[in-house]
Amino acid sequence: MFKNLTIRQKQIAWAWAFLAVPVIFYVVIRFYPTGNAFVISFQEWNLLGTRSWTGLDNYVKLWNDPVFWKVFINTFEYLLIGTPISLLISFIIAYHLDKVRTAHGFLRMLYFLPFMTSAVAMAWVWRWFYQPVPTGLFNNMLASVGIPQIAFLNSTTNALPAVLAPAVWAGLGFQVIIFMAGLRAIPTSYYEAARIDGVGWWTQLTQITIPLLRPTIVFIVVFSSIGFLRIFDHVFNMTTNNPGGPLNATKPLVLMIYETAFSSFDMGYAAAQTVVLFLILLVVSLIQLRLLRSD
Amino acid sequence: MLRMKLAALAAAGSLAGGTASAQVEIEYWQYFFDARVTAMETLIENFEEANPDITVTMTHFPYADYRTKVAAAIPAGEGPDVVQLFYGWLNDYIEAELIQPLPTDTFDPEVIDAEFFPMVGAMKRDGQYFALPTAVRSLALFYNERLFEEAGIEGPPETLDEMVEIAAALTERDGAGNITQVGITTGMTAQDHHWFREVLVRQFGGEPYTDDYRNVNWNSEAGQAALEFYAGLESEHGVTASGFMDEPQAAFKAQRAGMHIDGSFRIGSLEDVRGLRYGVAELPAGPDGTRSNYSSYWVNAITTKAEGERYDAAVRFMEYVVSDEAMQIWLDVVGELPAKPSVGLTDENANDPTFGPFIRGLDYAHTTKFADESAQRQILVDMLARVDIEGQDMAESLAEAAAAEQAILDEYYGE
Repeated sequence: MFKNLTIRQKQIAWAWAFLAVPVIFYVVIRFYPTGNAFVISFQEWNLLGTRSWTGLDNYVKLWNDPVFWKVFINTFEYLLIGTPISLLISFIIAYHLDKVRTAHGFLRMLYFLPFMTSAVAMAWVWRWFYQPVPTGLFNNMLASVGIPQIAFLNSTTNALPAVLAPAVWAGLGFQVIIFMAGLRAIPTSYYEAARIDGVGWWTQLTQITIPLLRPTIVFIVVFSSIGFLRIFDHVFNMTTNNPGGPLNATKPLVLMIYETAFSSFDMGYAAAQTVVLFLILLVVSLIQLRLLRSD
Repeated sequence: MLRMKLAALAAAGSLAGGTASAQVEIEYWQYFFDARVTAMETLIENFEEANPDITVTMTHFPYADYRTKVAAAIPAGEGPDVVQLFYGWLNDYIEAELIQPLPTDTFDPEVIDAEFFPMVGAMKRDGQYFALPTAVRSLALFYNERLFEEAGIEGPPETLDEMVEIAAALTERDGAGNITQVGITTGMTAQDHHWFREVLVRQFGGEPYTDDYRNVNWNSEAGQAALEFYAGLESEHGVTASGFMDEPQAAFKAQRAGMHIDGSFRIGSLEDVRGLRYGVAELPAGPDGTRSNYSSYWVNAITTKAEGERYDAAVRFMEYVVSDEAMQIWLDVVGELPAKPSVGLTDENANDPTFGPFIRGLDYAHTTKFADESAQRQILVDMLARVDIEGQDMAESLAEAAAAEQAILDEYYGE
């Protein structure tokens, strides 16, 4: 039977034969749980008893939950503050690091180190930095020069930026490396031509560098947006006493899902939140890809 | 009495289990905590010696996974025959038919009512016990003896007023007025939410819940007085700073706190702190002399998986793990308090300088029936934060918190 197929059909058959293993693997570990999450979001389940259908109850509850809306806003604050700041800083660092000739590798390593460090360890170190006198580094410094202490984490206004700062800092190394790769990929002949024509650095930056970095920028924006929308480990570890606190000021969606699922054991409600997060990630990524797609 | 029964059962067991084929194997599950595992190993060894026809295998999991694993395993017929659970999970387990009632002939409810500390009554449904603890936990006041000596204070406070006075003497500040040593630690995120509910509210003349913990009752004059006292420690008396050194127990361990309210389970970790000399006292009495305490515990229960001869073996094992002997072993190894006055209130245990105050506290302790402990704690954490950080009026914050907790209870009890 196989013999009777055309060459093209045989190629397709072979392709599917090779693809079957990863496809089955992917379906089982990826699509099945995802589908299951959708199903659970229409059910009530506390992990122990049987699941029962509740229709749209979980979504209605979510819509009417003030904590959800607070968390929803927080999540976007992480995204809207974190992404541009980290993009800007990492570009500035990469741009200048690219021009440094001495100890270039060493400097690059210094920037990359935080990215390799465990987020948990880092969050705890920063948590101690933020403590009030007598343990906190920042407040001790302020106190030693006679400036009143700042409530970094125990404040509804300061806490979110305070938690975000180490997250931005941790991700910089990766973005710097990607930016530098992007910068290196721009042919030097463009810059030589520009120099011969007597073009200033600003024009070079805006007319050559940034337009040619577009694919790199798209990648970093999408990648870091997804990262900030899914922020969890920094927040959770810096506020373990009062997860997402104070008064939900730092709580992102993923932390809310985690708490609903594994401390309240309300799996249906947690699944509904997960579905919402999934939709947000999907929509944000699609919008970004469309906006930044090179034409 | 139980021990005699046990001996008789052991004898019966060895008669019945004459051949190797009659060997019954049962499984016991608990969460992983070094000392608990060691204690249980000793108990299993003793039990197997007395009951050679039964083998008990213990399995333990990290605490974080524990509830999930139990929930997944029992319905699949893979799980334990005897299982250790947090008392607050009991309703869920009964409802999901994961555990079965203890047989009334061996675990006579009347005998249990008479022999155990009263709070185990929370394990009773329709006149039948579903689970029983080996050990219980309560709260007490830890105090730093070195700081007390330095400040010239003779002993721990007897009343709340004395506590505030002593705390004031122990508080230290730097030139700019920043607190560098607290008189007493505070933190609703640690054990203080229990102290507020079951101790302070009662001491100011209230009852925290009515109708078997189904209705919030601390949105009252007593509740407001309790909150004023608690928040006043920082805002009025300046003897504490919430979040000082991140966690209350950390401040106490670092010897930057004069007093600290915590559970008996903290003893083990304080023992290892070098140079820390601490004493333990009963929680200070209220304005009218009322004493109160909060107690919680882990219980053992027989799962629905245990049937036939495994059920009989599980019953015998349960009988042993709640026996006087087991409780004394648990106290010696884990440092958790016996669940029966007959063991706890022996002269030696009740007068022990470390365990004594906790054990005496059990006599007047209350056990909150939580629907969702962490959510209910969060409500009190937020209640205080609204007052502290946002300057909300205390009465308003109290009312808002009470309403939020009532909503949780209503949803849980399906009203």
